[in-house]
Amino acid sequence: MEAYLDHAASTPARPEVVETMLPWLADHPGNPSGAHREARHARRALDDARDAVAALLGADPGNVVFTSGGTESDNLAVDGVLRATGGLAVCPAAEHPAVLEPVRDSGGVVVPTDTAGRVDHDRLADTLDALADIALVSVMTANNETGVINDVSAVAEIVAVHAPRAVVHTDAVQATAWLDLVAACRGAHLVSLTGHKFGGPKGAGALVLCAEVPLAPTIRGGGQERERRGGTQNVAAAVGLGEAARLVAAERAATAERVGRLRDRLEVGLVDRVPDTSRTVPDGTTRTPGIAHLCFAGVESEALLFLLEQEGIAASAGSSCASGAQEPSHVLAAMGIDREVARGSLRLSLGHGSTDAEVDHALAVVPAAVDRLREHA
Amino acid sequence: MAGTLVAMSGGVDSSVAAALLLEAGHEVVGVTLRLWGGESDSGCCSVSDVDDARRVADTLGIDHHVFNLGDHFDQHVVAPYLADHAVGRTPNPCVECNRHVKFDRLLVRARALGFERLATGHHARIVERGDGTLRLARAADRAKDQSYVLYMLGQGQLAELVLPVGHMGKDEVRAEASRLGLRTATKPDSQDVCFITRRDGRADFLGRRIPLTPGRVVDGAGHQVGRVEAVELVTVGQRHGMDLAGGLGARYATAVDVATATVTVGPAADLLVDHTPVEATRWAHGAVNGRLLVQTSAHGTPRWAAVDPDGVQWDEPHRRVAPGQSVVFYEGEEVVGGGLAA
Repeated sequence: MEAYLDHAASTPARPEVVETMLPWLADHPGNPSGAHREARHARRALDDARDAVAALLGADPGNVVFTSGGTESDNLAVDGVLRATGGLAVCPAAEHPAVLEPVRDSGGVVVPTDTAGRVDHDRLADTLDALADIALVSVMTANNETGVINDVSAVAEIVAVHAPRAVVHTDAVQATAWLDLVAACRGAHLVSLTGHKFGGPKGAGALVLCAEVPLAPTIRGGGQERERRGGTQNVAAAVGLGEAARLVAAERAATAERVGRLRDRLEVGLVDRVPDTSRTVPDGTTRTPGIAHLCFAGVESEALLFLLEQEGIAASAGSSCASGAQEPSHVLAAMGIDREVARGSLRLSLGHGSTDAEVDHALAVVPAAVDRLREHA
Repeated sequence: MAGTLVAMSGGVDSSVAAALLLEAGHEVVGVTLRLWGGESDSGCCSVSDVDDARRVADTLGIDHHVFNLGDHFDQHVVAPYLADHAVGRTPNPCVECNRHVKFDRLLVRARALGFERLATGHHARIVERGDGTLRLARAADRAKDQSYVLYMLGQGQLAELVLPVGHMGKDEVRAEASRLGLRTATKPDSQDVCFITRRDGRADFLGRRIPLTPGRVVDGAGHQVGRVEAVELVTVGQRHGMDLAGGLGARYATAVDVATATVTVGPAADLLVDHTPVEATRWAHGAVNGRLLVQTSAHGTPRWAAVDPDGVQWDEPHRRVAPGQSVVFYEGEEVVGGGLAA
């Protein structure tokens, strides 16, 4: 029995998505910037995909910038705004490294989160009041490790009051599969998306401008994407991203409800079956339906992942460094969770294709694996 | 799972260790330890070494994992390394890594994960005596022998450990790697301490982490003969790196006292001692009395000495051993125990 429970790391491309991409890999050579029939054909496919992605946010299709994925989109948002306007960037401590690193590297400010990992609104307001010249505030829509949701529109209101000239960016990479982004990202000027978290291909992302904000390209040459991102577009990837956007728009609500029930059964079941287990996220916190996040006292998640893999379960914990080693989670640290407790964390993440049988398998395997590790501790 | 976990550093020895076990029909899984989070240019820790280990595992068709034992390494290797230097001792971090990380923490985890045995690419052999007890013995390749840094292994550890390349010459290991098409076949051996880069060196590493004390250099009679920038960086036996008045012949550090910021120097004869105190002694299988061959550095020549509860009494006067260095006892080829110079 296999159970793929790492959808938050990457969820399979939907078969419909793969189908729409294949002709753009196999049959059509055109460069969308060209002047002939094949080029126009590619251009049309690209712009159809742009329409579908724009529709997720109710944005102008001309303001969809195709990128290589979430990290590039986040980097472009932070670095692109700073290059265009100067000034400081601000983000909370639980952001994805694709935001945190450019913010830190540019001398920006990292603000604390609450115990759920959401940006602390008061501290954000204080920070904005204390500093002149804030160019960008970046707050993720949903956290990649825990699924905890920030109130982006409330953040946008705080920014409007305390730093009215600042651009608001949100990394919606983990939200796209589960939330209506029009509501979830309301007030954000820039939104990052990536295909492989909602049924699209890897290497396909977008930065969507929901408002006209100054943005300098970080990849230059060629003037593509309205001079916001140089380089020949990856037509097949964009087409796949567009198809995934259409599918998620049509199916999201039903999928979220079904997967949420699976997740709850998994999480409640594990808390019931395994003593000394805590939910990482405080009860009652609004979060996406795909992620079960638990901490098992007295267990090292690295060893737990190994045993789960032996039983066919793919899961994750914390985040991985370049070598593939598990790193202590900066998200759990931001939430104030003790390093020892965080060491025993496990993220089981579900997606569109998740089944009751996979949940049953995990409910059988995880408790036995935790028991074994505790016996050998 | 019943099988062997092979600790793969990304070097040629552990690559071949994994290959040999696999060829012998064992179920083999590779693991690379991530130990040091900072800069590194050799040894166990860098991303390129992990890549090498992973690609060798791919070539062999075995699973490969990375275990992050960085906190354990910091706590049991790096922190004591700093603390020892801060009091003027000269620790051997590779010994402490073997003691606390590879053959304790990793071995415990291997057991928890269901492995029957742990294998490494160390050059040493495990031999069984007539009474059924085990000893660590010198490698077939004397120039590569690592038994000195593995002296702490007890019966329990030796019973679970496999050292597949210990009976091979280094040339044979490389030839085997070439035959198998392993990318590490011609990779140079790792050198030095894995968490200290060649570019910055030990002084820089320590200087960023512990206070360094400028000190006086005195002769055996207590007269000041020079100064050092940092007494913590002076090792007993050291000749260079101290600013000494000229014309008095070669002099060596014979004692380091951080508390009074004093380094004592003397001529080579002052380095010789009849007795070396040893602490934290542990034995492969019970204490051994009488005269043994005793080795005091990784590639030093073993010398005869009588081992007593306080240390070793040398047959011939022996160079002082810097406190913190390992003193290892051999019966012929076999390690029977060892400890740390006090």
